[in-house]
Amino acid sequence: MTGPAAALRGFVAHLRLNGFTVGPGESQAALAFIAAAEPLDVATARLGLKTMLSGDRGQWERFDALFDAYWFRRGVRTAARATPRGDSGRPAIWSKLLPPDAESAPQASTGGARDDKSAAQGPLVASRRETLARSDLRRLTSAADIEEAERVAERLARAMRYRLSRRRLPAHAGDALDLRRTIRRNLAKGGEPFDLLKKRRPEHPVNLVLLLDVSGSMRVYSRYLLAFARGLIGRWVKADAFCFHTRLIHISDALRERDPLRAMDRLSLMVEGFGGGTRIAGALQSFNARYAREMLNSRSVVILMSDGYDTDPPEELSLELQRLKRRARRLVWLNPLLGWRDYAPVARAMAAAMPYIDCFAAANTLESLGALEAELARL
Amino acid sequence: MKLDYHALAADLAAVGYIAEASLAMALALAIGLERPLLLEGEAGVGKTDVARALAEVLKTRLIRLQCYEGLDANATLYEWNYQRQLLAIRAHERDHLSADALEHHIFSEAYLLRRPLLEAISQPTPPVLLIDEIDRADEEFEAFLMEILSDFQVTIPELGTIAAQSIPRVILTSNGTRALSDALRRRCLYSYLDFPDEAKELAILRARLPGIGERLAQQIVRFVQLLRREALEKKPGIAETLDWAAALMGLDLQSLDRDPAALQASLICLLKTEADLKSLPREVTERLVGKVA
Repeated sequence: MTGPAAALRGFVAHLRLNGFTVGPGESQAALAFIAAAEPLDVATARLGLKTMLSGDRGQWERFDALFDAYWFRRGVRTAARATPRGDSGRPAIWSKLLPPDAESAPQASTGGARDDKSAAQGPLVASRRETLARSDLRRLTSAADIEEAERVAERLARAMRYRLSRRRLPAHAGDALDLRRTIRRNLAKGGEPFDLLKKRRPEHPVNLVLLLDVSGSMRVYSRYLLAFARGLIGRWVKADAFCFHTRLIHISDALRERDPLRAMDRLSLMVEGFGGGTRIAGALQSFNARYAREMLNSRSVVILMSDGYDTDPPEELSLELQRLKRRARRLVWLNPLLGWRDYAPVARAMAAAMPYIDCFAAANTLESLGALEAELARL
Repeated sequence: MKLDYHALAADLAAVGYIAEASLAMALALAIGLERPLLLEGEAGVGKTDVARALAEVLKTRLIRLQCYEGLDANATLYEWNYQRQLLAIRAHERDHLSADALEHHIFSEAYLLRRPLLEAISQPTPPVLLIDEIDRADEEFEAFLMEILSDFQVTIPELGTIAAQSIPRVILTSNGTRALSDALRRRCLYSYLDFPDEAKELAILRARLPGIGERLAQQIVRFVQLLRREALEKKPGIAETLDWAAALMGLDLQSLDRDPAALQASLICLLKTEADLKSLPREVTERLVGKVA
């Protein structure tokens, strides 16, 4: 392969690593464009490739930085974007899921110190399967528990799918005449419309949006909730998931990754600053501003998983929840603390949020996650 | 392939559309590669208007397909004129035509209603086909549309396959009310339109409202640019800026600080929700005007 072709292939690989979906067709078209464009200057190449290779707004906005990083070795080379397979800043919470060799790989830039400190924390209690369902998730750590959490999530997804199939009605009870089919059917009868055929619009599926709090206060629960989210996302076509602590991160693609190791790897890189403070209102605000219009409609169920300890003022939270409720059908808030004895939602943020919540449930044990099945199935 | 996107931008400017370099490049590529172009961006940044301008530059027809929920193949490709067919069957009852002959008669082109997609591929010169707000249509329709956009031929069971006489230049727009499928995105070239910067918006204003005073134009653009930075539910687009400018010219205001009451009342051209109007009380308006005047 000659110079420009090889360089362009490298660039396409670089884009793919950063989550772009670029097929051979696109790379070929891009190469043809570079070979034929005249005069070929940087601006032309940049604009042309940007148009041909990016597929949505997120990619469009990131393209320039990636372009500079590859061709000029400059610009924002953040660990999360430019070197997605690297190891910087992996939160300690993933470490138990990863093989030891991956853990001992050289640590780049940011993560080292924090990793060492927090690796010592976290309970490592061996668990027995029979008590699994009822034990508080913060006491469990083994891989078997994650499998169990995924199984619960799968059951939940199945319950919802069943509800949808039950609601589909036969088309002969449709609300509009299907003239096209009526005429064809009645040709044999001299065009006299004897049999009237009707049509109706099919039901549209519920769509789920999950918002996951991965801040410090949620640390012991977040891995299970993530596994739970992974189960829902993987098996439910119309679902999206986000993580938030002080920022909001779209994680659906990472959760759909088939290889759990790679999924965790990608997630850990995306969730930089994992285990820090919480800005629930801030996260909701960015969700409302950027994603809500695209992802929410009158068939949306938003599931928010958080303990409600927010550093933003409660008024902001209630404002953002109000905005969210205007677009979505239902808001479910899962709060692990609710399962604790004597818990009352007195955290100021939680109190501010209560009026907007349609279903407030615990999520601290697998049993309580499983109990949601009934709750969601009758939405 | 010769891509002169600077020339295309100049041509677009000549018909009153001020395009950014990235958009001009996207259009040039879409024409050169004969691929559909997917345009995304906030409402009111001029996505739909691109198609009009492009048709004008290429001196060709603009065929528009407005999408909505429940849109299906019948409404976009073709429909038999059923009422006429029924009448024809009745009218020919006396003639004792054979069933075959009758069928042949009523399933001929004379009884065919061409809808935008079929219309677009049966033009002798390539038209501009605008598929507006594709995100409002259902996902099933998206899949159907992709088939049309890759084959450019339509099969009508009674008539046979109609191949495209020319490949239309397709522009799809989306407001992002629904996530589009990856397959559709991959089939299309992509461009994102942002709100214009100050210089571009000023150029648009001058191009569209040639009679506007220079001072007022500058104030309007700066005011709108500041307004977009406020936390609004619905940020004003270019269309709103133009409306507002026209309203202010109609009110005969030479400058924004001349008549605060009229100015406040005219804000309904820019802010389209009650909450947004409330979030901009008179004091805030005056502060913004103070910054731009």
